[in-house]
Amino acid sequence: MARVGGELKLLGLWASPFVTRAKLALQIKGLSYEYVEEDLGNKSELLLSSNPVHKAVPVLIHNGKPVCESSVIVQYIDDAFAGSGPSLLPADPYQRAVACFWAAYLEDKMLTPWGRVFKVKTDEEKAEAMRQTIAAVDVLEDGLKECSGGQGPFFGGDSVGYVDILLGGMVSWVKASEPLSGSKLIDAEKTPLLAAWMERFCELDAAKAVLQDVDRVVEYAKLVMTKNAARASNNN
Amino acid sequence: MAAEELTLLGLWASPFVIRARIALNLKGLTYVYAEDSIYNKSELLLKSNPVLKKVPVLIHDGKPVCESQVIVQYIDEAFPAAAGAPILPSAPYDRAVARFWASYVEDKWFSTWLPVFSGRTAEERVEAATQVVAVLQTLEQAFKECSKGKAFFGGDTVGLVDVVLGGHLGWLYATEAICGVKVVDATKTPLLVAWAERFCALDAVKGLIPDVDRLVEYNKTRRAALGLPLLLPYAELQQ
Repeated sequence: MARVGGELKLLGLWASPFVTRAKLALQIKGLSYEYVEEDLGNKSELLLSSNPVHKAVPVLIHNGKPVCESSVIVQYIDDAFAGSGPSLLPADPYQRAVACFWAAYLEDKMLTPWGRVFKVKTDEEKAEAMRQTIAAVDVLEDGLKECSGGQGPFFGGDSVGYVDILLGGMVSWVKASEPLSGSKLIDAEKTPLLAAWMERFCELDAAKAVLQDVDRVVEYAKLVMTKNAARASNNN
Repeated sequence: MAAEELTLLGLWASPFVIRARIALNLKGLTYVYAEDSIYNKSELLLKSNPVLKKVPVLIHDGKPVCESQVIVQYIDEAFPAAAGAPILPSAPYDRAVARFWASYVEDKWFSTWLPVFSGRTAEERVEAATQVVAVLQTLEQAFKECSKGKAFFGGDTVGLVDVVLGGHLGWLYATEAICGVKVVDATKTPLLVAWAERFCALDAVKGLIPDVDRLVEYNKTRRAALGLPLLLPYAELQQ
């Protein structure tokens, strides 16, 4: 892969779907970078100084300058390396607005409740959070229809775009959902377009190179939920 | 450009709607403003934003754009002949910094500020106010980083973060009158307080930021409509 436009370093965590988004974007744009696995229990000086506000991964460091927040990173990669690989956002302002609307929907309506599944204490709260997440996935099916405009399996149409990468980063966790909770997040019977999307997405070279092993994610998730439950009962 | 081509559906008190109106004004764009109703959403709103059913919605040549930050960026990109400086800078790194802080405002603002209003005890509201001040102090640092000594987050001209944060200024100023806790404090966030005054004085912004009195009345009416007790500024909080 060509080393284009300077030094790139990505601070991350293998399990994080947000880090996976950044890796996917870098891969799709054909960019080489140095990857640094962080330990959240012992954050590096570099991480703390690069992201003092959130102290979180991913952080992309380009020629020494940090970019934080996964969606900001993906857009930055598209802006700063415009000549490299495909464009992630459409050229037309209206199409761009449609893509950004669905990106915001994905974050606010699907990921926010889904994150709660791993943090809340009771089974009732978990079930409610899953219900809200699945409801959002149903709506996202319409989003896929609108964004792709019937031009292809991806939100970006016949090629991978911004929303594909934001959702794509979550794929291993989506697949982990069934073993973890018993519910399929993306169910071919309920959301056939999204199910087809997921299949096609996983066939991409970038996805094969970057997506985490689902079994490993399942084990990790169980560990996180056990830790959260223990912390919650210690606080009671 | 004919005014019929652009319509904005909004609510006068909504910070999100105010963002969109500021952006339209910055670009010198004429548009039809349609005040919607929080109690009785219009057919046009429900048709234009079926997913979220919320204002603001910008309708351009019949095509709706939803979500305030998406609208602001659309206004910046879709009218190349429009007046006014770009809202988003052109350099990729500067864009990333602007987007980071706009995202910070979006994630932190409401979740931190709403508890000041919804706290049931004086202690809860004072604690919530402390959190708001902490967010404002972070934004003070952001202002230093982004403005580089100039008047706005966007530098010499108004940028994305100015618009995104600026939309909230009416409610920010009204917080003390409604909740009895001080959040706007020039001793704690001097740069931000000075920025806010400058921002509100701009032609593009004047008249859009609702007066404190109007918001105090609005809050009373809303709370009554929702069956909530009035928020009385507790006497002990004034000390």
